[in-house]
Amino acid sequence: MTLDPPSTVSTTSRRGTATAATRVLGVLTIVMIGWLGVFGLLLSPADRDQGDAVRIMYVHVPSVWLAYLAFIVTALASAVHLFGKSHSMQADRVAGASAEIGVVFMAVTLVTGMLWGRITWGVYWQWDARLTTTALLFISYIGYLAVRGLEGSRSQRARRSAIVGLLAVLEVPLVHWSVRLWRSLHQEATVLGTDLDVSLDGLMLFSLFVGVVAFTLLFLWLLLHRSRVLTMIDLSAETGLDAALAQRRAEGGVTA
Amino acid sequence: MSSVSRLQMVRAVCAKDLRIEQRSKVLTSQIMPFALVTLVLFAFALDGDAILERTAPGLVWLAMLFSSMIIVQRSFAVETADGALDALRVAGADMSAVFWGKCFALIVQLIILEVVLIVGAIVMYGIDLRISGLVLLVTSSISATCGLSAVSTIYAGLASGVRGRESLLPLLVLPVASPVLIGATRAAEAAFGAGGTVVSEGWPWLGLLSVFAVVFSFGGSLVFGPLIDD
Repeated sequence: MTLDPPSTVSTTSRRGTATAATRVLGVLTIVMIGWLGVFGLLLSPADRDQGDAVRIMYVHVPSVWLAYLAFIVTALASAVHLFGKSHSMQADRVAGASAEIGVVFMAVTLVTGMLWGRITWGVYWQWDARLTTTALLFISYIGYLAVRGLEGSRSQRARRSAIVGLLAVLEVPLVHWSVRLWRSLHQEATVLGTDLDVSLDGLMLFSLFVGVVAFTLLFLWLLLHRSRVLTMIDLSAETGLDAALAQRRAEGGVTA
Repeated sequence: MSSVSRLQMVRAVCAKDLRIEQRSKVLTSQIMPFALVTLVLFAFALDGDAILERTAPGLVWLAMLFSSMIIVQRSFAVETADGALDALRVAGADMSAVFWGKCFALIVQLIILEVVLIVGAIVMYGIDLRISGLVLLVTSSISATCGLSAVSTIYAGLASGVRGRESLLPLLVLPVASPVLIGATRAAEAAFGAGGTVVSEGWPWLGLLSVFAVVFSFGGSLVFGPLIDD
């Protein structure tokens, strides 16, 4: 499975970023998400304490897993770009694509978490270490995407964003540590209990497992497509003007 | 190649930045008044002496963070306006030395600003600084400032010379600097005795602030070269 867009794209009128492999992956993803729906909504029981609200977890937990996975991939790809001998642009595009996916699913995590919190704790937000770190991480990666959008050459963009991607890795433990230390001095806020202290029965655990597998497949599928799209954008930026000029010349019957 | 040692380079860059500041007087004529106005506005927003006394450490550090963004922007605006960074590169300057130089110059400016803000808070918010808290306040402020300067210098270097850097820099720096805000505020709270805290409660924060400063200053000296070098 290669990350390059199919070679047919530039030569034929068939536009797309799909290959046979991604189609199979896409179908698998859809099947797994269908399964998640069946297990999460129909087969798994309602929780004794939380009632049906527990079903939010089947989306929440896999999304947070996906988001962290995406940010780890971004950091690794950034390192490959920065320290690799060839300063691979492909690694840079994978980092960018992965961060975009991570930000989307971090948003899903925060929204589903807040909805669950409102039902279970009675509040949308709690200043505990995990929530606060997640929120700050979300904002940091929005910053990362902003850095990717900066002007400059592609190699400049790649290097800048690789460094920001790696600095974010330094940031996570420090932010988490500081917020934990901060909250440990304010005991009254933890009365609500932020630990997900749910005794999961077998079927619930299995539903969660289905969710994690489904979202991992979804991540791979999105990553392949998105990095191919980014490759095509870069290609079109490189060749777009030449192609347009050639086309205009051909229209006017002028040979270059 | 060059006869200038790294240390001399650091000192030269730092002295240059401070000399520019001394001549332009932007810190004293614009940034300090801005920081003080922020303190006054906080007082308007949080009407009530008891609240102000309780929240003074947080307000001082918020005013500090916001003002520092302006100083940092400026510190790099003077470099990019005339292509001074490029000139430094042409001169074969070690970029990590440039990083340390700019970072130290920033630390000096931020510490001056902090003194003004803390005195302002003592006067306007009615906090009383105990002698026992003074050591904690000074050490925690210095480590917080080192961390803040390092982080700001890295990201300002990254955003220097690009359009829209004014709005990008806070977006990049503020989330990363949140441990500094938390640590410095809590330490200052203990030093001031705000909300019934005692001085000993403030010391654990010094650890956090120091680790932050060390991680980001060494990280910064490593990545600053590749960041600028393009």
